[in-house]
Amino acid sequence: MNQATVEFRHVSKSYDGAQGAVVDLSLLVPAGDICVLVGPSGCGKTTSLKMVNRLVEPTSGQVLIDDQDVMTIDVTSLRRRIGYVIQQVGLFPHQTIADNVATVPRLIGWPKERIRKRTEELLELVGLDPSQVRNRYPSQLSGGERQRVGVARAMAAEPPVMLMDEPFGAVDPIVRERLQNEFLRLHRALGTTVLFVTHDIDEAIKMGSRVAVMRQGGHLAQYAPPVELLAHPASDFVSRFVGVDRGLKSLSLLKVADARLDQGAVARVGEPSDEAIRRAREIGAAWVLLLDRAEKPLGWMKVSALKSGQPCTPDDVDASSPLVTLDTTLRDALSMLLTSAVQTAVVIDERGRYTAVLTFDEIALAFRTEPSTEAVGAA
Amino acid sequence: MRPGEPLILWDWTFSHLPDIARRVEEHLVLTGIAIGLGFVIAFVLSLAIRQSPFLYAPVTWVTGVMYSIPSLALFSLLIPFTGLSITTAEIGLVSYTLLILVRNIVGGIRSVPPEVRESAIGMGYSQWQLLWRIELPLGLAVIIAGVRVAVVTTIGLVTVTGVIGQGGLGALIIQGINQFFATPLVIGAVLSIVLAIVLDGALVFIQRRVTPWTRATQS
Repeated sequence: MNQATVEFRHVSKSYDGAQGAVVDLSLLVPAGDICVLVGPSGCGKTTSLKMVNRLVEPTSGQVLIDDQDVMTIDVTSLRRRIGYVIQQVGLFPHQTIADNVATVPRLIGWPKERIRKRTEELLELVGLDPSQVRNRYPSQLSGGERQRVGVARAMAAEPPVMLMDEPFGAVDPIVRERLQNEFLRLHRALGTTVLFVTHDIDEAIKMGSRVAVMRQGGHLAQYAPPVELLAHPASDFVSRFVGVDRGLKSLSLLKVADARLDQGAVARVGEPSDEAIRRAREIGAAWVLLLDRAEKPLGWMKVSALKSGQPCTPDDVDASSPLVTLDTTLRDALSMLLTSAVQTAVVIDERGRYTAVLTFDEIALAFRTEPSTEAVGAA
Repeated sequence: MRPGEPLILWDWTFSHLPDIARRVEEHLVLTGIAIGLGFVIAFVLSLAIRQSPFLYAPVTWVTGVMYSIPSLALFSLLIPFTGLSITTAEIGLVSYTLLILVRNIVGGIRSVPPEVRESAIGMGYSQWQLLWRIELPLGLAVIIAGVRVAVVTTIGLVTVTGVIGQGGLGALIIQGINQFFATPLVIGAVLSIVLAIVLDGALVFIQRRVTPWTRATQS
């Protein structure tokens, strides 16, 4: 894995106009982390990012990559080792998609065949079909596709560090969500150190293994893993910036798998109803979950409506409830429970088979016990 | 023109074909030198402006003044120094191309979207690589548009250099005027127009060939 630490050591940048200035910024991004710089406009987050690849040079202090001051590295070779993605993407309109992706490998003189292979591999990695897009021009792609090409281009020469300045800011929310998820998946596989700028706190919490909240005037307000940021905002500014719904935001960091799951009363199609009633009484439940022969949930049967001495059939089902998987966030699970008729969600595995049930109680319990910084810091 | 004489005497035309061909060739050579030299000078000036943008105003002011001097006046001003020579002709012709070419080369370079420039620099393009691989290719459409205007104007102006004895289709026109003989005058004028149209069309064709991305269609 190609990764490096990035460190800001008492970095300041002053401008004549105060916009974009940075004051005494010190923070360390461990190798392989995604560090999100977030804050209102004019807080210096983009300025900070650009000091890493020297598009902006600090007035004082040092930016270090793997303990080497970037100001001591030749500027073009420094930039060729740092992936760079910006909101407007900036693909070269006169070059094909393949040529765009090959930009840095060509600059550093990779052999043709290696470039060709790498280009194909990258296009597939970001979810594009090389045979479809290879010879097209950027103007022939959609916004989301262009953004994917931008990410592929930044990763082309396997840089140890990637800088992303509002990379998903210009696409619609549905595409943004998909690009975010894809990038997180890519990052898990590649482990590159990423600095990511956004003004959107939800995006920061979702993408960041660490979040640096900055406030106007270029001051670092808090630097912490997202869970800690939500649980213990360091100042009024941070707590206002993360929002009054920070409890809900914490839930979006927790998965169903993090909750202590319960077993409900279940019955299979064809089993005698008396058996189902007995199981429900055993745990004091008023409802029994009916499963088909493949263990897939069909819905809930009301115990009081079951007729004694008959086998359970799908006709006995009175209500259905939301289905969640172990990967569903607790925030989404909570939202589904709020809008469904039955306040119990059914947890299924990847094949759709019943595994457990989830209620408000378990969600609340997970929220109260789980937000420990260790859990995320170690992840 | 003598009364009753037709605009074109075809007998004369056919018997003078080699002469006419030589005039066309001279015209093309004069135009070619003017555009070639003019482009080189304008290119160097544009690079200087790219490096130091404050030069843009003075350069366009000077070339603008040159552009506004009537061609006949310019030639007579130059004759005491350079005589009735091709140098006199080309100094005039080249100076008329500068304003248009500088404006379009600089405009072409500046037409590169800021995010394209930023990502190129951010990925480690040197200033020189940025110029040759990004700014000039992307500016090509605007630059060639400038060359088209310069070529068409120069072809018109080259007829004026006939006055100082430098040949070209202007020589045919002057011959017609001096001899009160319509045929060479008409041939000179018509061929000059035809040359302008043909060269302009050729440049449009070239521009489309070298900027394929501008025609890439959504699909």
